[in-house]
Amino acid sequence: MKHRKPVLDRRKAVADILKERRNALVVAGLGAPCWDIAAADESPLNFYTWGGMGGAAMIGLGLALAQPRRRVLVITGDGEMLMGLGSLATIGVQQPRNLAVIVLDNERYGETGMQLTHTRLGVELAGVAKASGFRAAGTIYSAAQLKTWIPRLHRQLGPVFAAIKVTAQPAPMVLPVRDGATLKTRFREALLGAKALE
Amino acid sequence: MRAAETKRNNRSPGTGHGSRSSADWPEDIHRVLRAQQVRQVTYVPDSGHARLIELVRADRDMRAIPLTTEEEGVALSVGAWLGGEKSVLLMQSSGSGNCINMLGMVQECRVPLPMLITMRGEWGEFNPWQVHMSLATAPALAAMGVVLRTVDSADDIGETVDAALRLAYNTCRGVAVLIAQRVIGAKQFK
Repeated sequence: MKHRKPVLDRRKAVADILKERRNALVVAGLGAPCWDIAAADESPLNFYTWGGMGGAAMIGLGLALAQPRRRVLVITGDGEMLMGLGSLATIGVQQPRNLAVIVLDNERYGETGMQLTHTRLGVELAGVAKASGFRAAGTIYSAAQLKTWIPRLHRQLGPVFAAIKVTAQPAPMVLPVRDGATLKTRFREALLGAKALE
Repeated sequence: MRAAETKRNNRSPGTGHGSRSSADWPEDIHRVLRAQQVRQVTYVPDSGHARLIELVRADRDMRAIPLTTEEEGVALSVGAWLGGEKSVLLMQSSGSGNCINMLGMVQECRVPLPMLITMRGEWGEFNPWQVHMSLATAPALAAMGVVLRTVDSADDIGETVDAALRLAYNTCRGVAVLIAQRVIGAKQFK
């Protein structure tokens, strides 16, 4: 199969998604997705991960189940999602209506030297999500497609999955907080109020 | 697998009145989970946990969440806690090795994670492949900052799990209760 080259800019894609965020909760997969999210819309209700590779979607599931009235967006990279492929099945079984998993798919391991991931080598994440029971799953290549998908990411009955093919063009690093206990506490305080400190 | 012998025992610390069977320990754990308002119970099934899994599945106040691998339950605990809910992870000793890297996040983010682990590989085990991870369960979890409690008597399980959950949720740590194979009985292959 002929490879289709990504053209979308990751910073713009994330900015466009988060513009419509309202009170959605965001889980950021490690590496470039964290910088994209911090650049577009820094908030204590962004939980930035700096490790636990493979766990971002499951963090999203636990959060979505605990907060059924809030939209939960997991925004992560293809390498991180591939390390937690089984979690798509676990999420599919639970059918959380309020969860969207979004992969910024540059087909590379961005932090370790831009090595190709499985998504450059024939693996289609959206296909895995669809077969795992996600209510909607797609691969987004164009600006027009992204425009159609953004409302789905925020409002469609979930679980929803989108792999957004983005270029490997590096963008300026914007570093969010990296202390895990701080990230946890400020998230809980912002979400739960005083109860968070009991 | 139930304990080989069933004792009638009038002593029931913190778990109810009157006589009870030591085979009731899954019910004891379920009662503790309810009392502590645990909402998300993740698991890769183990025959030792079969009864508890049934009880959780039947409980409308809890969500039983089967995993493809145990590390998923570790990551889920972070999300659940961020969202204000308590979770517990059930597994067999062979699954503990699948949790190691993800436990770094639990430690870094100070997230409570009770792990209830039924042991293989230590009491009359038939399957040699089980012994290696069983021997490594305690050292590997300890290396990742998890507090460990071993319980080898069915009567002590409810109380031990209760204390472990309190420690986990009050101090924001991983806490593992290792339920000895002697309590559950070795799986009979032949």
